[in-house]
Amino acid sequence: MTFLVDLLAATLRNATPLVYGTVGETYSERSGVLNLGIEGTMYAGAFAGFATAWATGSPLLGLLAAIVVGIGAGGVMALMTVTFGANQHVSGIGLTIGLIGLSEFANRLIFQGGELQRIEPMPTVNPLPFLGDAGAIFNQYGLTWVAFLVVVPAAWWILQRSSFGLEVRAVGENPEAADAAGVNVVRTRYLALMIGGALMAIGGAFLTLALLGSFTLDIIAGRGWVCVALVIFGRWRIFRGVAGALIFALIFSLQFRLRILPEFAELPFELLLALPYLVVIAALAISGRNVAYPGAYLKPYRRS
Amino acid sequence: MTRPSVWSTPVLVLAAILMTFVITAGPILAAGANPIAAYYAFVVQPLTSTFTLLEVLVTATPIMLTGAAVAIAFRAGYWNIGAEGQLLLGAIAAAGIGTMVGGLPPLLALPVMIVGGALAGAAWALVPALLRVRFGIDEVVTTLLLNPVALLLVNGLLHGPWRDPETGFPESPRIAASAEFPALIERSRVHLGIVLAIAVIVVAWYVLARTPAGLRLRAAGLSPHGARFAGINVPATLLGAALVSGAIAGIAGVSEVAGIQNRLTGGLSPGYGYTGIVVATLGTLTMPGVALAALFLGDLTVGASSAARSLGIPSQLGAVVQGVLLLTTVALLAVRRYRGRRASARSDAAPPGADVAAEVQPG
Repeated sequence: MTFLVDLLAATLRNATPLVYGTVGETYSERSGVLNLGIEGTMYAGAFAGFATAWATGSPLLGLLAAIVVGIGAGGVMALMTVTFGANQHVSGIGLTIGLIGLSEFANRLIFQGGELQRIEPMPTVNPLPFLGDAGAIFNQYGLTWVAFLVVVPAAWWILQRSSFGLEVRAVGENPEAADAAGVNVVRTRYLALMIGGALMAIGGAFLTLALLGSFTLDIIAGRGWVCVALVIFGRWRIFRGVAGALIFALIFSLQFRLRILPEFAELPFELLLALPYLVVIAALAISGRNVAYPGAYLKPYRRS
Repeated sequence: MTRPSVWSTPVLVLAAILMTFVITAGPILAAGANPIAAYYAFVVQPLTSTFTLLEVLVTATPIMLTGAAVAIAFRAGYWNIGAEGQLLLGAIAAAGIGTMVGGLPPLLALPVMIVGGALAGAAWALVPALLRVRFGIDEVVTTLLLNPVALLLVNGLLHGPWRDPETGFPESPRIAASAEFPALIERSRVHLGIVLAIAVIVVAWYVLARTPAGLRLRAAGLSPHGARFAGINVPATLLGAALVSGAIAGIAGVSEVAGIQNRLTGGLSPGYGYTGIVVATLGTLTMPGVALAALFLGDLTVGASSAARSLGIPSQLGAVVQGVLLLTTVALLAVRRYRGRRASARSDAAPPGADVAAEVQPG
């Protein structure tokens, strides 16, 4: 029982950065732009959030800094792919290399490679204490509650029910038709990428501001790439993507707990750590066959 | 088609480099250094002494190989972002084979190790390639996800079966003396790997430019539909390009183990696979371009590490420069492409994946 409660609580915790990242990537891709800058955007969000919180003593200001950095990163990706019409794969990888480099550069300048600095992590909130031990599942960080109760439903509603969401889907499916109908393709894609970037950066900042309370190198460790896979797994739908994030986080949390069991002591823990990535690839191999990508995926739009 | 000379490829690449220097002046100023002095230290300083000049060759070796690997895949329209993992697999194979070939003369041991590393790299590239050509599953995501898995495999070996039994360090046993790449120049670290890299560049250039297989590969990258219409087996071509790409990245791993580290270590590759994407793009996916771009980035890397000491600029600036360089190059290539398109009023018939390939191929 304790094992199960512990496991489910960890699943929600570990799913949080993936939920922000997956929703953010979904917005980018639904507008027609594959944003491989996600890994770097999450990294920069993690660093900017931490450095600001460390300097000001306020995790909220840290979160704000991460959001600003994320909007900026999304804006650069939009400049590259929407304004210049540059190759999306290469632009995204360039953004990721540059943002990771810039974060580590700033980390070196500010902290001089000295001993690990810590901040007071954001507190957890337990709105259901009367549930007793089982209530520990719901003893989560504020950003986790916001992710599942605010961001996911709002992101779904905006994408599927609002006129802005319709415009995002239209410019991602058929920009010529959207343009003819009076939708500003460039503006809509810029907005989708900037919103997406902000969400990715919050996902990164969750790690430093809440989960760990510190910044370490390689802190994202491929989570951004996992989000890109989860978007395909979720077929560009918010709830399916979030379900994928939960499954991934469950496996991730499970392997973490298996590692300390005596039965698995002989196994190198790196093998178990690799398991979630392999499961994602296997899931793609099974569910990702010949899926329908957004119509204008990878295509820059030019009025002819 | 005659283009105005301001948009010729060498001018465009130089413009991208200049723009990169303007943009990265920001972080250099933040570090309290003079950007002009910094660029002098990055670009010119390494060329002024024999020792640093040779270090440029050493640094250029792995990224010339990963750059060639990436360029071959991208030319085919196959987005192999997994050169990093494929390199690590080549390194694992080299470290394993290298300890077992002590009884063989170098003339046998080295080819066995190189072939073994190439096969390991190709094997790591096989699954994403098969998933792509058989089921249409995006290779970008699968090749990317296999990079952290390869690193975990390296760390698993180093903390498990291959941990040095004497020191307990997470380093594999030293490879046999006959498996070490011979040094080419005395009192320097320049090793056989640079010869291997140049040989790969020359062979790849010849195959791409002068053979039917190269023509099929380029055709598949420019227009899969057109290539299929012309009777080319596009899936087989993509699979071949992916495997060759993985094999060359694997050789880069062999070269680092046999030429530099002499064992498997956790910090073997500071992202050489990703740098290969920068090298390939800056080299506009041509083999001579890849060789030059690798030498240039090797120059920058050597310069950045000495500038870290002399000017107090953190060496992580090297990664910033690489990222910005990739962005400025691909942006300028895109701007040139749309200029040409508007001028000749052609319709957009190229598939989305083919744009980098299409815009750099001459004629």
